[in-house]
Amino acid sequence: MESDLGLWVIPLAILGGAIRVSTPFLFVSLGEVLTERSGRINLGLEGTLVFGAMSGYAAAYLTGSPWLGVLAAAAGGAFFGLIHGLICSLPRVNDIAVGIAMMILGMGLAFYFGKPFVQPVAPDLPSIDFGWWSDVPQVRAALRVNVLFIIGAGLAFAMWWMFRATRVGLVIRVVGDSTDAARAMGLRPALIRTLSTTVGGAFAGVGGAYLSLFYPGSWNEGISSGQGLMAVALVIFARWNPIACFGAALLFGGAGALGPTLQSVGISEGYYLFFAAPYVLTLGVLIATSSPSRAMAGAPGELSITK
Amino acid sequence: MTDRSVTAPLVVPAHRGLLGRFARRAEAVVLPLAALLVGIAVFSIFLLLQGKSPIQFFALTYQGAFGSAFSWQNTLSRTAPLLFAALCVALPARLGLVVIGGEGAIVLGGVAAGASGVVFSQSIGVIAFPLMAACAMLVGGLWIGAVGALRYYRGVNETIASLLMAYIAIALMNHLVEGPLRDPESLNKPSTTPLPAQLRVGDIPGWEVHWGLAFGILACLLAWVLIEKTTWGFAARIAGGNMRAAQVQGLSVGRLIIGFTALGGALAGLAGFFEVAAVHGSANGSLAAGYGYTGILVAFLARHNPLAIIPVAILLAGFEASSGLIQRRMNLPAATVLVLQGFVFVSILMSDTLYGRFKMFAPERWRSD
Repeated sequence: MESDLGLWVIPLAILGGAIRVSTPFLFVSLGEVLTERSGRINLGLEGTLVFGAMSGYAAAYLTGSPWLGVLAAAAGGAFFGLIHGLICSLPRVNDIAVGIAMMILGMGLAFYFGKPFVQPVAPDLPSIDFGWWSDVPQVRAALRVNVLFIIGAGLAFAMWWMFRATRVGLVIRVVGDSTDAARAMGLRPALIRTLSTTVGGAFAGVGGAYLSLFYPGSWNEGISSGQGLMAVALVIFARWNPIACFGAALLFGGAGALGPTLQSVGISEGYYLFFAAPYVLTLGVLIATSSPSRAMAGAPGELSITK
Repeated sequence: MTDRSVTAPLVVPAHRGLLGRFARRAEAVVLPLAALLVGIAVFSIFLLLQGKSPIQFFALTYQGAFGSAFSWQNTLSRTAPLLFAALCVALPARLGLVVIGGEGAIVLGGVAAGASGVVFSQSIGVIAFPLMAACAMLVGGLWIGAVGALRYYRGVNETIASLLMAYIAIALMNHLVEGPLRDPESLNKPSTTPLPAQLRVGDIPGWEVHWGLAFGILACLLAWVLIEKTTWGFAARIAGGNMRAAQVQGLSVGRLIIGFTALGGALAGLAGFFEVAAVHGSANGSLAAGYGYTGILVAFLARHNPLAIIPVAILLAGFEASSGLIQRRMNLPAATVLVLQGFVFVSILMSDTLYGRFKMFAPERWRSD
């Protein structure tokens, strides 16, 4: 079977890897889109992701239900988002620096409470076999898609529609583009931003639950290595558009799958360099899409990161 | 993007007495101290909720960090890299930049020092010290200077870019240390070839703490002079307050940004040099010990003032030095220090909202005339 496929193994494994690896990117970046569209940045989603991974794993292990784990991860993420949102509502507090602090706090609390859960095994999230038509095991492996990936894809389209066609979406966009205009309309910017940050945090928590409950599917302190941060950069690349986030997450997932894939077919030369591929790709994308002079197209007007 | 926590008033009221001047200084000391105490109080409540005693925690912290000559040595050896790492955050912060990737410059500076030391030791012997340090500073300076250049020429957000580059730096170090630069004899822990004895940095006489501490304190003093007493420091402060106004004034903002980030990176690289030449003896994975990240907290607690960095770095190094003792005696996980740092960090950032709120710190109130 191996010989039939030849080098096709690599793109196939990268495709499968892209679907597997992209889900946390997708959830974190959708959460960040929601937060940033309301005019605030949450750099702490890396910490939220790790805390979500821990709380999701712990809840799934204790209750025996992976879905209660996802719920716990969302609740934990929402809590971190709420704290971030409330702190940033204080005048003259720097939201970027608060994000860094929340990243440290989130990781600290996750490692602190997660220590007893490093050994036990929690139930996995279910996945759907889209490769049933094929006899080739690699194809079947690549097309075994987790339910959360499908939910995430649906969420991306739902958010796109929400920003485009609903009142809630319009309110968030107005608050994000101009605090003054929002006030003139009788909206309460601080409240709306805090709510957006809270829901955004919940999304990032779900991304974390995917990490610990499906792929890689265990809890340890090295579970995330910057995925939360890369997802924040990915939002800039995706121009704050949820559907573009979906595409970008797949691209980044593919880059993340490069190292393990090459390792699995026996290419170990430059192993660590391939693992750096997603970071290099993120940086390259940031350099290519940023601009020193003009405001970025599609950027919310009140966003401190693009000012 | 402007980091509001570093914008000090540029124009000082002309007529103010000694008390008024003291009042303004006092605000910059009292508020961070109060925020530190609030962070510690929240952490104490956190411990109480776990059924652990905060009193025991802080008694053990004192014992493990400052209680004996040995614990002081442990604390001060950890202080050295924190001083450099904090300067790597504080110098760019003068320009309103939040650079958090000092870890990358430490790691690559360490690899550069380890690799160059091995090369130089065969040819020129002891004179290699300054060359090793120069290599480490060059690599660190280029690494963080690149973050500044990306910011200036391409408008790339420096916070995200510097952290991404820290991940890339660690991957690069792993590649070099396990690949091209690996000493075949390092079996369990891949490392570069150990430095010969004459290229190891020794201790400050009578202190049993390596020279990195002295150089770190010297770097803080020089950075303070640079920021407070030179035209470059003044120009950086103007640019940090308002980038466009500085450009209108004819300041070369690009040079300032790249210069300050590169200088910060060079200092972080020097931390890597001392870690390799004074502590580990060769470059290996131990370089990524997280000093770069703790340095961020040190700089913010010190409000990016290089002189304040010295006591704050000693304090935070003390927390890390006593971590092992606390883990053993109180059966707490290693991440406890991280939780404490998180609470203190959040608290210190929240205190930014309080500046100018208290009348007793206003110079006008204490005017003598």
